[in-house]
Amino acid sequence: MSLKNILENFSDFRRDAEVGGHHDYEHRWAMSIDLNLCIGCNACSTACYAENNLGIVGKEKFEKGQAMHWLRVERYWDETDGEFPEQGASFVPMMCQQCGAATCEPVCPVAATYHTPDGLNAQVYNRCIGSRYCSNNCPFRVRYFNFWSYYEQSWPEPLNQQLNPDLSVRDKGVMEKCTFCVQRIRTAKDTAQREKRQLQDQDFVTACAQACPTNAITFGDTLDPNSKVSKAWRKHQVERGPYTHKKPKENAELRGYRVFEELNVDPSIMYLERVRETEV
Amino acid sequence: MEIKDKIIDENLGWQRINEDVIRSMDAPGKYYWITFAVCIAMVLCAVAAEIYQYRMGMGTVGLNNPHMWDMYIATFVFWIGMSHAGTLLSAILHIIHAQWRKPIYRFAEAMTTFSLMTAGFFPMIHLGRVWNLYWVLPYVSDRGIWPNFRSPLVWDAFAISTYLSASALFLVIGMIPDMAILRDHAKGWRRKAYGILALGWRGDDRQWRVFRKTYMLMACFLIPLAVSVHSIVSSDFAMSIMPGWHVTTFPPYFVAGALYSGCAAIMTLFIILRYFFRMEEYMTLNIMEKTCKLTFAIAMVWSYLNIIEFASTWYGHNTYDKELLINKANGPYAHIFWLMLFCGSVAPFALAFQKLRRHMPTMFAVSLILQLGMFVERWMIVAPTLSMAHNPHQWDVLYGSIIEWAIVFGSFGWFSLLFLVFVKLFPSVSMYEVKELTFHLKHEMEEEKEAAATSSKSKAGAVGKPGLEGA
Repeated sequence: MSLKNILENFSDFRRDAEVGGHHDYEHRWAMSIDLNLCIGCNACSTACYAENNLGIVGKEKFEKGQAMHWLRVERYWDETDGEFPEQGASFVPMMCQQCGAATCEPVCPVAATYHTPDGLNAQVYNRCIGSRYCSNNCPFRVRYFNFWSYYEQSWPEPLNQQLNPDLSVRDKGVMEKCTFCVQRIRTAKDTAQREKRQLQDQDFVTACAQACPTNAITFGDTLDPNSKVSKAWRKHQVERGPYTHKKPKENAELRGYRVFEELNVDPSIMYLERVRETEV
Repeated sequence: MEIKDKIIDENLGWQRINEDVIRSMDAPGKYYWITFAVCIAMVLCAVAAEIYQYRMGMGTVGLNNPHMWDMYIATFVFWIGMSHAGTLLSAILHIIHAQWRKPIYRFAEAMTTFSLMTAGFFPMIHLGRVWNLYWVLPYVSDRGIWPNFRSPLVWDAFAISTYLSASALFLVIGMIPDMAILRDHAKGWRRKAYGILALGWRGDDRQWRVFRKTYMLMACFLIPLAVSVHSIVSSDFAMSIMPGWHVTTFPPYFVAGALYSGCAAIMTLFIILRYFFRMEEYMTLNIMEKTCKLTFAIAMVWSYLNIIEFASTWYGHNTYDKELLINKANGPYAHIFWLMLFCGSVAPFALAFQKLRRHMPTMFAVSLILQLGMFVERWMIVAPTLSMAHNPHQWDVLYGSIIEWAIVFGSFGWFSLLFLVFVKLFPSVSMYEVKELTFHLKHEMEEEKEAAATSSKSKAGAVGKPGLEGA
């Protein structure tokens, strides 16, 4: 690789945004969340609390911003802009986007968060030393830190009986976040293996998708071309990888976008824009 | 050379220098013990706070979801920054043969080591599970798990431990000839201890040669280290994608800020030592003036880098960065932001006037203002970015809890405590280098006199013999 070679073929050596993650995925778990259907009822968040043993912090700590809701429903208030009247709240269920090029992964000093061949950002609680750099580097702010020990206050006897035995209860000093219900993925994979068949789209869903009363959340494998989620992604012409997706303005049918995709973090969750009556 | 421009009086006798410096290490007086007690109380405050935080969790610090880091990291950067001035004085100015550094570099060097020893606590204190701290180190484990070498926090661990050991070594090496003087004057356990530290120094020709070489070598080793350490600390921020952190100019900006706060700290300690140890003859106003000029120059570099950062953000039109900049200047942290700019960029203009530079009470106040500015600067790097980053749903303003402030407060006590112990156990003025300085000055003066005499002679008697010089 001589200098001359580099100078002459500079464009070959130049690279755009690097493609993060693995290059031969087994699965690529992803979601599609239709904001037209979201009514902001917080059932997804509640289901997440129940499924993932999330600590209940109490009113005081919630107000301080120390809540542990892996899935939060962000509310934004649409104020009147003169032309249209005040339109009330709009909702964005926000959880870990399981980015393909996750910014949280390279900064962890002990590699407690890493990319799995399933396309997930795994968080290894036992390895975490609590430097909290991953959360600082997350544009979505969806990583939650155990600022306190919550288990005594959250699940006093006999409530500890309701804890999900498929995953651990985290103690203070550990970072945690949405795992796309990795314990359900694991169970479904094990079952499929036992029954000697491929994993299928209808085998399981995440707790939030299961609980959503309006079916706003669709979960599945984008590597499976027949899954509901890959159909949705195809329909709205949203693709994985670096930011290239430019939504044609004239086509109102294409509502898909990924939050902060211009940061090139390659999020796995496609949101479908909400269409207001006034806009139709 | 006029007396006004002289760094130090060249007629100071060598015996006098020894006596003056050793006198500063005499049994401490009442005020020393009072300060000592206050420092210990401050450290105890921090220890109590840390014990509580350790037992209860990081929630006691008042951190929340957007604010995963806060004052601990800001204070960490502050102390790391302060350590740079010692290296500047002892290594960089040594290499460029700036004579005026000689009477003051020793305490600056000690400041380097102690501020690093203070800074080193903060990354540990801020960890959620500090008992697993050693996982950051690449030790050999049977599970084959390594730290993540891509993480700037791991680079930090290497950079700081290297810098701390190198600068401590530099301090110890630089003190060898002085240790020998102390060994010859001390009695009892001190004599033994100084004897060990003097490493059998006799002051013969060969030892001086080896010593000079070693000292120069260490200086050359330390300079790139000092620059790289703060560049690495800056990459804790610059390597992230957060607005206000992801800034290309951060490494030089951090190094400039580091030298700045360090020089301000040198000014403070200079004045304190000058008055309490009656070191007026060693820490002269002329040296103070040179330190002030240096600080002023660095302050201007820092201000310039600030302007670059603001301008590139402003014209860069990155939504998040630009909005953050506007929010810094006009948002919830506006008063602190403008305080930083006042203390960092306006206050140093006091150093531009000779009258003020020679007025010690003013300089003492100015040096404290500069340090306040630099402390606030670090805060303004860490906090607003987290408060007002990409996701507006998670915007929040945080001023930290009493636990956090207690530990920050205690760190100043810890630093002062180390320094107080230092000044009574080790010479805070380098005796052998001051002697060297007076010797050279005397020599220079004599040469100048001789030159003046010969030139007047040659003017009188030897006109028309220019060829002799060539021959």
